[in-house]
Amino acid sequence: MNDLTDVYNELIMEHGINSYNKKKLQNADFSEKGHNPNCGDEITLELKLNGNIIEDMAFSGHGCAISQASTSIMIDTLKGKTIEEAKEIIKTFIEMIKRETTDEEKLKKLEDAIAFQNVSNMPARVKCALLAWHTIENMLDKNKDTGSGVIDECH
Amino acid sequence: MNLQEIKKDFPILENRNISYLDSGATTQKPIQVINAIQEFYKKNNANPHRGAYSLSIEATEFYENTRTKIAQFINARHREEIIFSKNATESLNLIAYSYGMTNLKKDDEVVISIMEHHSNLVPWQNVTKVTNSKLKYMYINDSFEIPDEEIKNKITEKTKIVGITHVSNVLGTVNNVKKIIDYAHKKGAIVVVDASQSIPHMKIDVQELNADFLVFSAHKMLAPLGIAVLYGKKQILEKMNPFLMGGDMIEYVYEQETTFAPLPNKFEAGTQNVEGVIGLGSAIDYIENIGYNNIYKIEKELVRYARQELSKLDFLTLYFTPNEENHSSVISFNIEGVHPHDVASILDLEGVCVRSGNHCAQPLMRYLGIDSTCRASFYIYNTKEDVDRLVNALNKAYDMFKNYIKKRN
Repeated sequence: MNDLTDVYNELIMEHGINSYNKKKLQNADFSEKGHNPNCGDEITLELKLNGNIIEDMAFSGHGCAISQASTSIMIDTLKGKTIEEAKEIIKTFIEMIKRETTDEEKLKKLEDAIAFQNVSNMPARVKCALLAWHTIENMLDKNKDTGSGVIDECH
Repeated sequence: MNLQEIKKDFPILENRNISYLDSGATTQKPIQVINAIQEFYKKNNANPHRGAYSLSIEATEFYENTRTKIAQFINARHREEIIFSKNATESLNLIAYSYGMTNLKKDDEVVISIMEHHSNLVPWQNVTKVTNSKLKYMYINDSFEIPDEEIKNKITEKTKIVGITHVSNVLGTVNNVKKIIDYAHKKGAIVVVDASQSIPHMKIDVQELNADFLVFSAHKMLAPLGIAVLYGKKQILEKMNPFLMGGDMIEYVYEQETTFAPLPNKFEAGTQNVEGVIGLGSAIDYIENIGYNNIYKIEKELVRYARQELSKLDFLTLYFTPNEENHSSVISFNIEGVHPHDVASILDLEGVCVRSGNHCAQPLMRYLGIDSTCRASFYIYNTKEDVDRLVNALNKAYDMFKNYIKKRN
């Protein structure tokens, strides 16, 4: 990779510095913290469900532009999806960053989150890009048996 | 030696088109050190202290002669006051456990500074907890220096151990360790000096300092990774229990009892990092060949230039003392509104290697009210061109971010 803008493109910069998803949710069903101790990046994800559809999400916290943008763009991508669809997208995103898939059809489902593809060329920043995605993975995993049981229903 | 030619001794700097500004983390290695290690493996390798055959005796001589060389290098009174370890962290843990755990009683106090690396902080936290003693901090002023009052207020008759870094790995502040040692001794405390960030840059004389313990890692002074030194006063080391138990640190071993070897072997259990020791010996030769006076001259000019050029960038926050004479070769900075990791990534793409993060000094970061900084650190192979490259890359990083930051504000 030779060009800074391959990673720090406009979409990532906009979401990384001034995200409209950085706010508090009213009546969130689930909340999950994620952090990278080495970098000091910390986020809290909030999620509101409607049946098994992700109705709304928001985040708070601080960190580098890549971690913040990745969180914000993930929220845009997953909003309105069913839990099952979301899980598939999360899996694909992680595979893309770890260079385990280059299947274009699959990657299309990532929508704007495909903007992070070049982060896979910056090993030092992979953790930053994955923080939010691992956090939501944990959230879905932890809560599959709790609450109304809706997260579990999608199986 | 031609000082203009120093860079040519470092193959990695010839092979890679980079400005390496992370010598505070580890220095690059000169060809002389690399060759010394190769030669050892080609001609002299055997396990020291183990064999009766001549090759093993040779390896023992290489190993033990380097101990003598280090004793002379830091002006220790006795060669057995030099103990090898795997890193400064291990040296500090050895002191905390073998000395601290035995000598600290309830309500005793350990005093360290807020600018300590985690390695001179976490072990003391643990030992004071276990012994029910207290851990106290000397804080810094707006100039990032420890004021004299802080030394006098914190070090009291209750203080049994003082831990102090000679040079801060984040701020580059050179602490007046001589003053702290003299004051602590008056109060009856012993002093542990972390010289990891100072010994690459300045002459250390343990007798003149009158330090009770002094530790440093070798890889920050041109030697290989995985080798470090613990200096301790003989009369203190002799009374201490061994830290690690096993081979080579014993005298007689019975089924239920063991007697321990005398210094220095008492503290060197198991097969040692002989190639590291050989490399360190060669690094000391290299440093002495250039001379600390020249090292000081090269670095002073470089750091003065860096301070001046970085101060011109009004988007930077700089974390160094205004007193140039108290500032070593480390400069921490932040671009306001941009995370240090983003800055470091952009600098990396421009071929400039700096460190970003909390630099193993989280309490200091918290005290300064920040999460992390970028850090540029210099050594003898760096030039003004490296500073210019850093400044250009920082301007580029700021240009990329400024419109987005302004929108937010």
